[in-house]
Amino acid sequence: MTGLALYGRYILVSLRSEMLYPTSFLFRLVSQFLVTVIEFAGLWALFARFNHIGGWKFGEVAVFYAVASIAFAIADGLSRGFDVVGPLFVKTGNFDRILLRPRSTALQITGHDFALSSAGRLTQGVLAGVVAVSILKPEWGVFQILLLLWGIAGGASLFFALKVFEGTLSFWTVQGLEVANTLTYGGEAAAQYPLDIYASWFRKFLIYFVPIACSLYFPVALVLGRSTIAPWLAALAPATGFVFLAIGLAGWRAGIAHYTSTGS
Amino acid sequence: MNPALARPYLAVLSARFSLMLQYRTAAWAGVATQFWFGAIRVMILAAFYASSTGKAPISLSQSITYVWLGQAFLAMLPWAADPDIANAANSGDVGYERLRPIDTYFLWFARALAWRIANTSLRAGPVFVLAAIGMPLLGLHKWAWQMPASTSAAVLFVVSIGLTALLSSAMTVILNVVVTALKTVRAAALSMSLVNLFSGLIIPLALMPGWAQPFLFWQPFAGLADIPYRIYFGNLSGTHALEGLAAQALWIVLIGLGGRAWLARVIARIDMQGS
Repeated sequence: MTGLALYGRYILVSLRSEMLYPTSFLFRLVSQFLVTVIEFAGLWALFARFNHIGGWKFGEVAVFYAVASIAFAIADGLSRGFDVVGPLFVKTGNFDRILLRPRSTALQITGHDFALSSAGRLTQGVLAGVVAVSILKPEWGVFQILLLLWGIAGGASLFFALKVFEGTLSFWTVQGLEVANTLTYGGEAAAQYPLDIYASWFRKFLIYFVPIACSLYFPVALVLGRSTIAPWLAALAPATGFVFLAIGLAGWRAGIAHYTSTGS
Repeated sequence: MNPALARPYLAVLSARFSLMLQYRTAAWAGVATQFWFGAIRVMILAAFYASSTGKAPISLSQSITYVWLGQAFLAMLPWAADPDIANAANSGDVGYERLRPIDTYFLWFARALAWRIANTSLRAGPVFVLAAIGMPLLGLHKWAWQMPASTSAAVLFVVSIGLTALLSSAMTVILNVVVTALKTVRAAALSMSLVNLFSGLIIPLALMPGWAQPFLFWQPFAGLADIPYRIYFGNLSGTHALEGLAAQALWIVLIGLGGRAWLARVIARIDMQGS
């Protein structure tokens, strides 16, 4: 069985186990959806009061909001396993079993839990996109659509890489780290607004240190016709997300080399 | 209530308080996280104020203080049921609550209160030091947590935040009852977002549309954050401040009575499947 087919099997098992509790599943889906709708309502309320933010109108910010939410939802849905590497695998010694199987460890952890409930967040991102399009009535061609999708892919890779970092750290800390939320959830929260509203130290942080802006700001600004950098650079920027992911997976292997079983 | 009757609840309160104080590392991580999110929120609000042409009902520096207060008192918010009781509901151990010769409602209330106060007292101090003392020293006056509007505002704030602790505990017990009745902790996500939006944590309630203000003021979640914070920086003063305190007290009573009646019904129906 190839890695991809195996991953498909993992997803199927995860889905089947979620469907065993249909009411609970539905409840989670609906509440996830309401959660994010409520957040979006908050955004709308701010614009109702202030009209615009740094020259960006509600419709435009909704595009940033949509792209960031979708990218984060994809990464979040795939990476739940990395949240629990510490408590569920390292602390218990269960990670030994993962190591024994002749398959990629990263794949097994990814397949540990496919969180379909993040579909609620995804729907909300799509909804924000629909709202944005109905307000802006943009004349986007194939290039613009592809650019947005490419940005989402880069952003999702970056968020996924951050989760991998978090999981890797738990080879040392054993416990999960709440501080990692500053980069994942904090990154999503920051990316929901255009980069140029932030103070310059924070802009630099989001471009050079954790390059969320490269995937979720520059391409979107280009599509909206407000890019401040060369178009080719903005179009290439999301590649940083994939570079980050490669570094994250290399770090993961280093973490495994460090792992010593707690035994039982 | 005479002192002897209150003793078991006070014991629970102090035991849980000292237990919570064990988790200092987690509290430091929490402080770092809250400071970071606070900084992001402050930057977003500042950008909105900078672009605004009209007049906002509260000033930027009041909004910033509001954000820092929100981060400092974050642990006051009733985001989830008591994890021990949620576990007990899952395992069936919750049935033991019936065996204790004390009132379950007050027991759960005391546990929730201890949890809120211990968590808050660990986190509020460091956030205050960073945002109200550290930031001005670094020359970041504009972004700092300001002092209360007046002495009377400070006093009323203390009273109001005390009511917040009671209100939050009453809501936590409701969540405990929901978890016990539904045997799922998933209800938490929904309550969390309702709390976040309607307490003013996401955006200060005063910045929401004018037509919604009367409703926003009298709904139960305002008492969790918005009312004490507005009292702090003098946006609610005089009779308005007293109205705020009255709204908090009203909801404590209503949610308390409702929770007590509901708990009695739910706990009467618990089946214990022995082992």
